[in-house]
Amino acid sequence: MSRLTCLRASPRLVSGIALAFALAGCGQDAPPPKAEAPKAPETLVVKIGSASPLTGPQAHIGIDIRNGVQLAVEDANAAGVEIGGQKVKFELVSEDDEANPTKAATVAQKLVDARVAAVVGHFNSGASIPASKVYADGGVPQISPSSTNPDYTLKGYKTTFRVVAHDGQQGPTLARFAVEKLKAKTIAVIDDSTAYGQGLADNFEATVKAAGAKVVAREHTTDKDTDFKAILTKIKGRKPDLIMFGGIDPQAGPMVKQMAQLGIKAKYIGGDGMQTPNFIKLAGDASEGVMASIPGLPKDQMPGGKQFMEKYKAKFNAEVELFAPMGYDAVMVFIDAMKRAGSADPAKFLPEVGKTKLTGVIGPIAFDDKGDLVNGPITIYVVKGGKWEPLETVTPGGTPAAEAKPAEAPKAEAAAAPAAETKK
Amino acid sequence: MDIFLQQIINGLVLGSIYALVALGYTMVYGILGLINFAHGDICMIGALTALTVAQALAAMGVPAPLALMLAALAAILVCMMLGATIERAAYRPLRQAPRLAPLITAIGVSILLQYSAALVWGKQYLSMPEIVKPTEIAISGAHLTDLQAFIFLLACAVMAGLLWFIKASRMGRAMRATEQNREVAGLMGVDVDRVIAFTFVLGSAIGAIAGLMVVLYYGIGHYFMGFMLGLKAFTAAVLGGIGNVGGAVLGGLLLGVIESLAAGYIGDLTGGALGSNYRDIFAFLVLIGVLVLRPSGLMGQSTGDRA
Repeated sequence: MSRLTCLRASPRLVSGIALAFALAGCGQDAPPPKAEAPKAPETLVVKIGSASPLTGPQAHIGIDIRNGVQLAVEDANAAGVEIGGQKVKFELVSEDDEANPTKAATVAQKLVDARVAAVVGHFNSGASIPASKVYADGGVPQISPSSTNPDYTLKGYKTTFRVVAHDGQQGPTLARFAVEKLKAKTIAVIDDSTAYGQGLADNFEATVKAAGAKVVAREHTTDKDTDFKAILTKIKGRKPDLIMFGGIDPQAGPMVKQMAQLGIKAKYIGGDGMQTPNFIKLAGDASEGVMASIPGLPKDQMPGGKQFMEKYKAKFNAEVELFAPMGYDAVMVFIDAMKRAGSADPAKFLPEVGKTKLTGVIGPIAFDDKGDLVNGPITIYVVKGGKWEPLETVTPGGTPAAEAKPAEAPKAEAAAAPAAETKK
Repeated sequence: MDIFLQQIINGLVLGSIYALVALGYTMVYGILGLINFAHGDICMIGALTALTVAQALAAMGVPAPLALMLAALAAILVCMMLGATIERAAYRPLRQAPRLAPLITAIGVSILLQYSAALVWGKQYLSMPEIVKPTEIAISGAHLTDLQAFIFLLACAVMAGLLWFIKASRMGRAMRATEQNREVAGLMGVDVDRVIAFTFVLGSAIGAIAGLMVVLYYGIGHYFMGFMLGLKAFTAAVLGGIGNVGGAVLGGLLLGVIESLAAGYIGDLTGGALGSNYRDIFAFLVLIGVLVLRPSGLMGQSTGDRA
């Protein structure tokens, strides 16, 4: 009798060897089948990781992202999410990568070991890229709210996504804006020697050249420097119409100030890393007229922007710096994928992340096969009266795959947003 | 030509800040034979103190010159107390210890100061309010702001004052005596402990002025700003001949100008192979060259057991 019950208990054991094992098992009094484990715990705890620089010069941006993630986790808990018929409680695990590539990999391993279901991060491209391998090895899906270096999604990992337009889109868009709208003929390009800054500047330079403008100087600084007088003096000698900087606000701020001191009248334009309130504080009056692009719609033109900013302000008593909405949406993408998969197991819901069709705070979110945001809009801002005001919104035409030949110039079907209408 | 002139001006202003910080290194080294690695961070504390005071006063609507004076005063006072405390607590107990012990203590103090500052001021970049709006003076195509001129002249005045002080005052004579031979100076009635403490206090006060200049000039402050500043100033001190006050001044100015010229012309000279981010390499190449030819620095004299 025991033989029969035993066979029934394990119908999958068909091969001879397995059968032999089963028989042996039966020999020593089969243990009671523990199919019905003690009633599933009331709520399943799902950990969401957040990795960004929480200390150091870029801490204000990193904390902003973490706050966005935290807000999303709290909102989801308040709304009460059920996955596969089980109530779920989300938990934030936040780590500090110090904007340091080495630390990023360590932190990534820490998150994987902590068995997070998904990670929102990192801020810096230089951090997201090394970390992406760790997440890929651990099978944990990663959405970067902000890393724009094209290489990030080109490693062939299935776990890598981002909810911003990348530099392959941002750089050329900036470049077309500079040449077509600003009519710049001679341009100087500076970068901060980081994956982000140099990537952005290289893409910009290539497109500008293809569009027929002349790059009169190509300079590099570092992301620790505060003295740019020597570089700027050299650039001044070349008399460019426009100076483009690929880098972050702690450099851009003093740089713009020193430009004014040297009497350089050229226009100044940069990427998302310097489009922050902090930049205006650091540059002072010299920030007036400076332009910077930022992937995504203006905060207050995002479909859920206004509401989000109010919620954020109420919770943290601070303004949204930059990427909090992206961090928020990244969590929502994960939760949405978990719901559709009916599981919070990364192996199960990962395929669903790629199929996301969601309208978040930042607008419609969908990914291409590399994990890049499809048709992410880019907005160009200008400093006016000590505030960033949106100047123009550009949607890069076609799929992001067009980045290889940026000269293809999809004529900026710009939904030009008049700056006047957005007063804050 | 105007570009070249501009680079020289940039270099001299930067160099005068290096020179002021280098003075603190070189004075302590001259008297104690100790490289006080915490000196750059003392400048940082001075800079952030000045920044905070200036921010508070600017918010209260205090007129600019007064706010600047008070900020400078606060920074100098804080740094003087800090210098005295560090000397008393960290270095004096180790005065008879092997030379490695105070050196490692200095690195420890440096880290302690950095992270204490991170606790007090946070780890973000802080912005200095523009209390003085720089106005431009054009010299044959090159731009010089009155702020730059102010920094350069103030640095020169401080350095000249220090040189005079060491040459002519009673305390200066005691400092020179202690430098030559601490024990004999003590036997001759010089209060060596007091002289050493005074040296730290004086160096820290000058460091505070340098820190104030940095925040005035660049408009930003940060808890880690003392590290690179200290490293460059130390290089300047070694370049000029560590232990020699005039050498620190020369080394500082020279280093500033070399950096400026290197950043300005390195790209063209190497055909774009090396960018301006490699400027520090040139500064350190010059340092190596000088040390190979003159191991005691440009103005240092070889004293056998030192340098």
